[in-house]
Amino acid sequence: MSLDEILTDAAREFAAVTSLPVLDQVKARYLGKSGAVTALMKGLGALPVEARKQQGARINEVKEQVETLLKARREALQREALERQLAAESIDVTLPGRGDAPGGLHPVTRTLARIERLFASIGFAVADGPEIETDFHNFTALNIPQNHPARAMHDTFYLAGDGATDGGRLLRTHTSPVQVRYMQQTRPPIRIIAPGRVYRCDSDVTHTPMFHQVEGLWVDETVSFADLKGVLAEFMARFFERDNLAVRFRPSFFPFTEPSAEMDIACVICGGDGCRVCSHTGWLEVLGCGMVHPNVFGHVGIDAERYQGFAFGLGVERLAMLRYGVDDLRLFFENDMRFLRQFA
Amino acid sequence: MQFSESWLRERVDPPLDTRALGHLLTMAGLEVEAIEPVAPAFSGVVVGEILSAGKHPDADRLQVCQVAVGAAEPLTIVCGAGNARAGLKTACALVGAQLPEMAIRQAKVRGVESFGMLCSARELGLAETAEGIMELPADAPVGVDLRAWMALDDRRITLKLTPNRGDCLSIAGIAREVAALTGAPLTPLDCAPVAPAVADAQAVAIDAPDACPRYCGRVIRGIDARATTPRWLVQRLERSGLRAIHPVVDVTNYVLLELGQPMHAFDLTRLSGPVRARMAQPGERLRLLNDQDITLDAGELVIADDSGPIALAGIMGGAASAVGEATRDLFLEAAHFTPEAIAGRARRHALATDSAHRFERGVDPDLPRQAMERATRLILDICGGRCGPLLEAGPGVPARAPVTFRPARARRLLGFELSDGIMFGVLRRLGMAVATSADGSAWVTPPSYRFDIELEVDLIEEIARVHGYDALPATPLRGEHAMAPAGESERGVHEIKSLMVARGYQEVVTYSFIADALDREFRHEGTPLPLLNPIASHLGVMRGTLLPGLVQTLRHNLNHGQERLRIFEVGRAFLGSESDQQPLRLAMLAYGDAHAEQWGERAREVDFFDLRGDVEALLHPSGAEFRRDTHPALHPGRCARIRLGDADIGWIGALHPALAQRHGFARAPVLCELDLDALRRRAAPRYRGMPRFPAVRRDIAIVVDDQVPLAALLASIETARPPLLARISCFDVYQGTGVEPGKKSLAFNMLLQHTEKTLTEVEIDAAVAQVVDALVKDHGAALRG
Repeated sequence: MSLDEILTDAAREFAAVTSLPVLDQVKARYLGKSGAVTALMKGLGALPVEARKQQGARINEVKEQVETLLKARREALQREALERQLAAESIDVTLPGRGDAPGGLHPVTRTLARIERLFASIGFAVADGPEIETDFHNFTALNIPQNHPARAMHDTFYLAGDGATDGGRLLRTHTSPVQVRYMQQTRPPIRIIAPGRVYRCDSDVTHTPMFHQVEGLWVDETVSFADLKGVLAEFMARFFERDNLAVRFRPSFFPFTEPSAEMDIACVICGGDGCRVCSHTGWLEVLGCGMVHPNVFGHVGIDAERYQGFAFGLGVERLAMLRYGVDDLRLFFENDMRFLRQFA
Repeated sequence: MQFSESWLRERVDPPLDTRALGHLLTMAGLEVEAIEPVAPAFSGVVVGEILSAGKHPDADRLQVCQVAVGAAEPLTIVCGAGNARAGLKTACALVGAQLPEMAIRQAKVRGVESFGMLCSARELGLAETAEGIMELPADAPVGVDLRAWMALDDRRITLKLTPNRGDCLSIAGIAREVAALTGAPLTPLDCAPVAPAVADAQAVAIDAPDACPRYCGRVIRGIDARATTPRWLVQRLERSGLRAIHPVVDVTNYVLLELGQPMHAFDLTRLSGPVRARMAQPGERLRLLNDQDITLDAGELVIADDSGPIALAGIMGGAASAVGEATRDLFLEAAHFTPEAIAGRARRHALATDSAHRFERGVDPDLPRQAMERATRLILDICGGRCGPLLEAGPGVPARAPVTFRPARARRLLGFELSDGIMFGVLRRLGMAVATSADGSAWVTPPSYRFDIELEVDLIEEIARVHGYDALPATPLRGEHAMAPAGESERGVHEIKSLMVARGYQEVVTYSFIADALDREFRHEGTPLPLLNPIASHLGVMRGTLLPGLVQTLRHNLNHGQERLRIFEVGRAFLGSESDQQPLRLAMLAYGDAHAEQWGERAREVDFFDLRGDVEALLHPSGAEFRRDTHPALHPGRCARIRLGDADIGWIGALHPALAQRHGFARAPVLCELDLDALRRRAAPRYRGMPRFPAVRRDIAIVVDDQVPLAALLASIETARPPLLARISCFDVYQGTGVEPGKKSLAFNMLLQHTEKTLTEVEIDAAVAQVVDALVKDHGAALRG
């Protein structure tokens, strides 16, 4: 077989091969021990030196060309094989992923977590207290003596048939008793917030018998009403993520603070223009606050001449409703998944 | 406190419009809850008099009226109201009038030209409903603008007063406050003494001078039974939300609103013997004005005569001595009862009266005389009669003690540089006497009506309030920073909740009170804690565990189309009323398929071990022990108590089939409740070194009786523990073909390791044999081919 024939045949045969193992067999016919090229090489010895040299170079050239053809064909076949594999392995990536979606936090928890994080960033620790409280902690120590008209505003739940000697047990009507418990055990400086459940004997469209409050307390030697205004105004601006949130403080009355204030923020729904949510006043009442009353310091044995500070209490559901646009308080406690899953 | 703006402006009239006045009050702590016009806008309506009313020629129900409206000629007006009749004075809308819902034009009504409209109260927006056109009194002046004559350009202002501001529960009090805030002058009220015309005096005795330090009384004889309350007075009462009842009662109510002094009028002829202010004797009974019969106790102050109690002092009069149509002779009372003597008493009898509301908060002890003179004057003017001398009994009220005020203290508390002069000025404007002393402090004596001023801080509040909270600075955050402690052996509740959420659980918040029957189904510890005054019987007791709330939430959601639920709650369980008997718990519930329906997983029902896996993940890396135990609400064969270290930390199990059936569940929910504190604690990690030699894994399978719990097998291995055994875990449980009935096959893998060298086959085989031997010896296990 001439060198030219070898090259032509190899090119034809390689092209006809469709699998790698067959290609190796075909390769052997040319480059194997008994292959055509090998055979020509073996025949070189019989040639004269000059011709041997010439023919040798020629054979090598053809050998290289065959190898190039072979390599090209091999790569082509490998490519085709990979493509076939890829095609065979292709999946429907539009099918959903395996496993279960995560659950979600209750919107009250979400709101509490935000509040805690904001106050933690200025050094407020989280404190906690019992929900079945004594009359002393819920009222007396907070400067609300028996028969005080402020008690009537509280709609207190009492425990039945309770043998307690200290005036009966009740469900705390606010988180303020945590102030008392904390101050009984810790000397100033004090910086705490106390989130938790509170209870009032009241149930209608805008009241549930259980809801959540966050109490805050900062007591030190020079904490002033100006600090109260600064901290709470900044908190509201951060909570609602509105840098220029307008706020106002109105004089109010709580037996356990003095001066006392209600804090309003510009309505976050209408921006202060007046809407249904703000009763067309442009303002939303969001929390009660004030300077800790000296009588409260007296009940917990803190020197009211040396220490002063502020306390506040805010309604968590109210903030959650404003923040997330919920228009019915009762939804928070129906625990309907169709509601709760919206806060995931 | 509700009142008419025009009434207030009669006493003090600052140059502020209604809106600005409202803002002033709100920002001074007298929160304006509502400002409503007493009538909607309308114009062109005058007092008209129907001169004649004749049948309409073409309509049975219409009349053609001639109406005088003060012009030269009467107007012809067609009217459909049944009460339109000659002689009636009524509201007449002239052509061009704008009514709240229509404009009046000249129009033909069934062929008759009509020049206006006779109006009902509803058409003018003065009432929700009306029968026919308005019937005005005979003295209404014809042709006068109706708005002016009825004083309809007025607004009803409602204040939401805080309990400390009892001094503002009157027009006089609010006027005083407005004057102090604006500097506008107060118009004085005529409370000049009325000269007695008869000598009659009713004897009064004060047996309880602490509760009733002052009692003013006066006899008025011979009032006119036909007298009626004048329109202006009725109007003011109505705009304060009170109805006219009887001229004498209307006057006492009027004085209550005007001055803030509650008064009471007795029918003199019903009294026997002297009137006494005394404490009730336990068990005494009294029928009140509202026909409620009450039984008194020793802590209650009454007004009594020889027949017994005739009034619950400061709260409500008795029915027997009440003023009525037949009353001719009166005994008027204006007394001072102390807040301590009245507070809480009305509530005890489920009463809420304007009088009690004021006395509980404190009424100016200097008012009774003024109020008595004012009421006497009004009664004589309205009802006629002759009054006796004003008599006063009681020791009176001690003078107010001055309060020390230190300007520097005020500046420190407020965080604001306010000059002494400004502060003293505010206090003086509020009617306080300020006496300064050499050391810069002052003695401040509050006026008799300010019951809320007792301490220095009360004065500081007044200064801040009147100066304006908004005028005080807001200090940006400042102060030293201290790094907060961050204990690594405790994690926060939010972290725990996040873990639950990541495992597919939705957080819920259920009420802490539940139905008694439900509590009994689930409670396994502590004492039941019923509420004295539950809001509803199904919210009657404090929950002994969080599980029932989850079960109810499941029920609710199954009713609303959910089929698979994973929920959890963090809250307190109530085992007792002491503060340490209200542990925080985390409870969880799983129901339905183990996984949400999906193409890539075979459907399978959630079971005990899914939930146990979640619990183990929560506790990881701590390993808890699950011991079979029984719980009243859980399936006895599928229930375990969870133990961590040496403490029981909770329960896990399937809901008891009886309960599942009772609550209507087709499948059994799996439940768990854990102590939150146990979940919070976790040891900070500690490095133990890296193994330097490779571990070797060996698997074995054994067959044992199927009643033998895994924990028992592991306990035996633990006892035998070959030193090389680093870890052993069960990876397969099998029953069926190849395993005898009543037996089970368990497969374990063991990790064997030596810290100092590579193990030899001999050592490995010996360790495995040691484990197998222990199982054979303790549990009759057989090694499986």
